[in-house]
Amino acid sequence: MRGTASDYSLVTPKSLCEALTLIQQGAHPLAGGTDLMVLFEAGSLQWKSLVNIAGLKELKGIRFQQDRVELGALTTYTQILEDKKVVSHFPMLAESARLTGAWAIQNRGTLGGNIANASPAADSPPSLLAYDAEITLTSATGDRTIPYVDFHQGYKKTAIREGEIIRSITLPFPRRHSHTYFRKVGTRNAQAISKVVVAGLAHIIGGRLDQFRWAVGSLAPFPKRCRHVEKILWGNRVAKDLIQTACDNLKNDIAPIDDIRSTSTYRMIVARNCLKDFLEQLL
Amino acid sequence: MKKRTPKAIGRVVPRKEGRAKVTGEAKYIDDINRDDLWHGATIRSSVARGSIRKITFDPKIPWKEFCVVTAKDIPGKNVVALIEGDQPLLAETRIEHPEEPVLLIAHPNKEMVTRARATIQIEYAAAAAVLDFEKSDTVFKSYSVNKGDVDSVFRRKDVTIVEETYFTGAQEQLYIEMNGVIAQASSQTGVTVWGSMQCPYYVHKALKALFQLPDDRVRVIQTETGGGFGGKEEYPSMIAGHAALLAWKCGHPVKLIYDRAEDMAATTKRHPSRTRHRTAVDKNGKLLAVEIDFLLDGGAYVTLSPVVLSRGTIHAAGPYLCDNVRVQSRVVKTNTPPHGAFRGFGAPQSLFAVEKHMDRIARVVGVAPEEIRRRNFLKTGGMTATSQVIQQKLDLSGLLDKALKKSNWKTKREKFLKHNKTSKIKKGLGLATFLHGAGFTGSGERVLASKVAVEGTEKGTIRVLTANTEIGQGTNTIFAQVVSDALKIPYEWVEVAQPDTARVPNSGPTVASRTCMIVGKLVERAALELEGKLIDSGLLEKNGEPSQFRKALVQYRKKYGELKGFAEYIQPSHVNWDDQLYRGDAYGAFAWAAYIAEVSVDTVTYCCTVDRFTAVQEVGRVVHPLLAEGQIIGGVTQGIGYALYERVVWKDGRMANNSLTNYIIPTSVDTPTIDVIFLEEPYEPGPGGAKGIGELPLDGPAPAILNAIENALGVEVNHIPLLPEDLLRVCEAGR
Repeated sequence: MRGTASDYSLVTPKSLCEALTLIQQGAHPLAGGTDLMVLFEAGSLQWKSLVNIAGLKELKGIRFQQDRVELGALTTYTQILEDKKVVSHFPMLAESARLTGAWAIQNRGTLGGNIANASPAADSPPSLLAYDAEITLTSATGDRTIPYVDFHQGYKKTAIREGEIIRSITLPFPRRHSHTYFRKVGTRNAQAISKVVVAGLAHIIGGRLDQFRWAVGSLAPFPKRCRHVEKILWGNRVAKDLIQTACDNLKNDIAPIDDIRSTSTYRMIVARNCLKDFLEQLL
Repeated sequence: MKKRTPKAIGRVVPRKEGRAKVTGEAKYIDDINRDDLWHGATIRSSVARGSIRKITFDPKIPWKEFCVVTAKDIPGKNVVALIEGDQPLLAETRIEHPEEPVLLIAHPNKEMVTRARATIQIEYAAAAAVLDFEKSDTVFKSYSVNKGDVDSVFRRKDVTIVEETYFTGAQEQLYIEMNGVIAQASSQTGVTVWGSMQCPYYVHKALKALFQLPDDRVRVIQTETGGGFGGKEEYPSMIAGHAALLAWKCGHPVKLIYDRAEDMAATTKRHPSRTRHRTAVDKNGKLLAVEIDFLLDGGAYVTLSPVVLSRGTIHAAGPYLCDNVRVQSRVVKTNTPPHGAFRGFGAPQSLFAVEKHMDRIARVVGVAPEEIRRRNFLKTGGMTATSQVIQQKLDLSGLLDKALKKSNWKTKREKFLKHNKTSKIKKGLGLATFLHGAGFTGSGERVLASKVAVEGTEKGTIRVLTANTEIGQGTNTIFAQVVSDALKIPYEWVEVAQPDTARVPNSGPTVASRTCMIVGKLVERAALELEGKLIDSGLLEKNGEPSQFRKALVQYRKKYGELKGFAEYIQPSHVNWDDQLYRGDAYGAFAWAAYIAEVSVDTVTYCCTVDRFTAVQEVGRVVHPLLAEGQIIGGVTQGIGYALYERVVWKDGRMANNSLTNYIIPTSVDTPTIDVIFLEEPYEPGPGGAKGIGELPLDGPAPAILNAIENALGVEVNHIPLLPEDLLRVCEAGR
C-alpha cells in the first residue's frame, strides 16, 4: 500500500443536495470506489477531499418509460445484469457489464463511475454510444441533459463542469429487429482491461442500412463513434466491396497507440476484423 | 484378529494445516503484530547500471525519528551468501540493476515510512547497461554435455538436417502472499527472523555471513507461507538480511513486507532463454545426432543461475534416445534484477525447445507428431544425453497411448481439419512428451547430506522435525502419511513441527521436487529408527498394535525422557555422477509424462484459448491422490500462463507491468478442464515408492499448446509468451 489514509478526508452526506454543495466546494465524488481505490493503493490518488456518494438514493434506480430506460448513475453492473428487461432490450450493455472486472467489482462498480472516470478503455461507453444514450448531469444549480456522444471530448476530458456529477443515463429502446455486435478484446477471457472494445448497432430496411452506429474504446484517446465508417454505410446495401471500403476507412476514425497492454498494429487490425465480422453477419 | 490401521499412503487424508487455513486461524507473517514493532522499507536504485553520486534526504521529513541503514552498518560481509557471494545486500556505490537495494529505513508508524520512502532522491552517474542477453559477453557459468560423435554424423550426406531457434520469456512466480519477514536482532541476543520462505537454512547461512555470527546465534523460523514456486528459495535471504540490519540498528523488531508492485519488480523471475537446435535425422525421423545451444539470461548477479542452467542443460535433449548428443550451455549477465528459481528450474525452457523441435522434425520428415516421438523414445536400458542408463521400468509409448486415447486425438484432429475450413475459430491439438528429474542434480544430494529427525511426544504421538516447508503443496500431510505407514499408527497421531532452525535439523531446501522423494524417505527411515529404539528397550514387541506402540512410547518417555529417531541421506548405490565430464546419473529418478492441449484460436482477435487439457504422468507411487492432482492442475495452469498470457514488459532493465492489472495470468475462465491421469510405477528408494512431482507439470503445457496452435493455424510459432499481438505478427508476416 503506497497511499496514506490520514492524508485524506472522506465525508458521507445525507442527501444529494448536501453532496452537491461539498462538490461545489471542490470535493471529489467517490461512488463504488473501484477506480479510485486502485489509485490510492498505488499512492497516486490526487483528490484529498472525497465525498462518499454511494448511499444517495437520488442517484439510484432503474426506471422504464414508454420508449426508454433511465439508469441512475449509481446503478451497479450487477444491477444491470439482474434486470431482465435491461438485459433483453440492451444486450450490449449487459455484455459490457458482464465482462467488466470480477464479481466483486461488478457489485461495487457503477455505470456513472465508469463514465466519469473516462478511461479510454472503459467497457460500457461503446455500448452506450451505440445505443445513442443521453446523460443527465446535476449540480447545485440544477440539471442538464446532453447527448452522450458529446460527453467524451479528449483524453480523460469530459463535458462535466465544476460542481457537476452524473445523475443518470437514459437509453432509448433500439428499433425492433436491430442487429447488435459487442466485443471486448482483452488478453484473457475475464478480468482484463480492454485492448479493443467495440459496439455496433444496425437496422436494415429493404436491404439497406437505415441505421448504423459503430462505437469503439481503447482505440482513441476517448470512447467514440466512428463517423467516417458510419457515413459510408448509412443508407447503403451491405456488400463485399462496401465492407472493404468501410474497413479501409476505419483508420480515419481511430488512432490506436502502443502501450503496456498492446500495440497500435494489433489494435488497428483487430478493430478492422471486428467491423468486418459484424458487417459479414449482415450480408 | 489384529486391528489394522488403514494405509495412509495412497489415501486422501485431510491436510494437516487445512483447517487452520480455511478458518483463518493460520497466521501469515503480516498477521503477526507486536506493539514495539517498527516498519521497514527498502529504497532502491532507479538506473540499470551506474554508480551512486549523491543521496538527498528531504528536510521536511523528521529523519531523527527514523532508523536509516546503509552498507556501512553491516557488521559482517556485505553479500547475500549463496553460491558465488557476488550480490551485495546493499549497494555501496556500484549499481548493477534498476531495483538494487541502496538504503533501508524504519519507523514505528507505517504511514511515516510510506511518506518518507517517496522523498529520498538518489543521483547517479549512469553507465551503459547490457539489456539484451544475446549480446552479453559476461558468462556466469557454462556446461558441455557430450555423447558419441555428433560432427561425423552431420558430415554424412544421407541425413536430413533440421534447425531452428526457440525463445522463452521471463515469468513471475506470483505466489499469493508477498515476500515478508519480521526480524529481531541485537549483539547480545543474536538474530532471529520469522518469515515467509521455502528454505530456512539458506536464510540462516546468509544471516551468519552478514552478521559474522556463529550457528547458534542465528535463528530462522518459517511462518505459514502463501506459496513460493521457487520465488521464496533465495530471495528471503535478502529481505531477512534487510529487516535484521534495521532491527540490529534501531533496537526494535522490524517488519518488512513487500507490496505487490515491489515484489513483482524487485524479486526473481524465471530465466528467459534462447535455444538453438540442429538435428540430423534419417528418412524415418530417427534421431542420429542432436546439437543444442542453450542460453539463459541470468540478470545482474550469479545467484542460483549455475544450478538452473544445469537442470536446463540435462533436460535439453528430452526423453529421447540418440547416440550422438552435444549440449552446450551458458548463463550470462545482464543489468536486470537477478533471475532465479521457478518451478521447473531451467527445464521448462529447454524442454519447450526440444518439444517444439520434435514437431518441426515431424513436419520435415512427413510423419505424425506422435509417431516421431514413438520412434525415438527412451526405453528401459537406454541412455539419456548424460549417458545415464534408465534402470526403472519405462513405457513412454504406453503413456502416450493413454494421452492420445483420453484426448480423443485422432478423431478430433480429423474433425478439426474439416471444421477449420469454414469457421473463423480454428481448432487444434498438440502434444509434448517429457521427463523431469527429481532431487538435486548429480552429486547435489550427496553434498547436501540432509538430516531429519522424528520425536516421540509425551502423549505418545510422533512429531516430524525437518527444515522442509509447507508452502501449499502438502509437505506436512505427506510426511505424516509416510510416518503413519512406517509405524503403522493412525495418521492423526503424527504432527509436523514448524521449521525453526533452533529445533529442526537441516534437511535441505524445499525445492527440486525433492521433498517427498528424498526427504520423505529420510522421514520414513528416521521413524523406523525410533521404532527400533522402542523395540530394543523391550517396551514394544515387533509388529505391535498401534495402541501398544503408543503405550510403549509414553512409558519410554517417562523412563528415559526424550526419544528421537534420525536419518541422514545416503546416495543410492546406483547413482554415479561425474561433475567434470557432466556425465552419469543426473538424477536418482525421473518422472515421465505425455501432455495434450486442445486449443481454439479466434482469427478475428488472435486470442487463443485452451479448451481441454490431458495430463498423463508416471510419478512413481502417488502418495496423496488429491494433493497430487492439485499439483498437476496448478502446474498446468501456470504452464498455460507461461505459454499464452504472462509477459514481463521490460523497460530499461526493469519490469514495467509490475501489477496484477497488466501482468496477465490465467483466470478460472481461461483454465480448461484438465484431465489428470497417473500411471504408477513404484520407485523403491522413494517413500512408499514415490518419486518427485512438483515441477513436472510446468514442463509440458507450453510446447503442447504451441504445437496445438500450429496444428490449428498451419503457421510456425517458436517463442513464448505467445500473446495475441505476437500471433498476429506471425500470421501477418506469413501472408
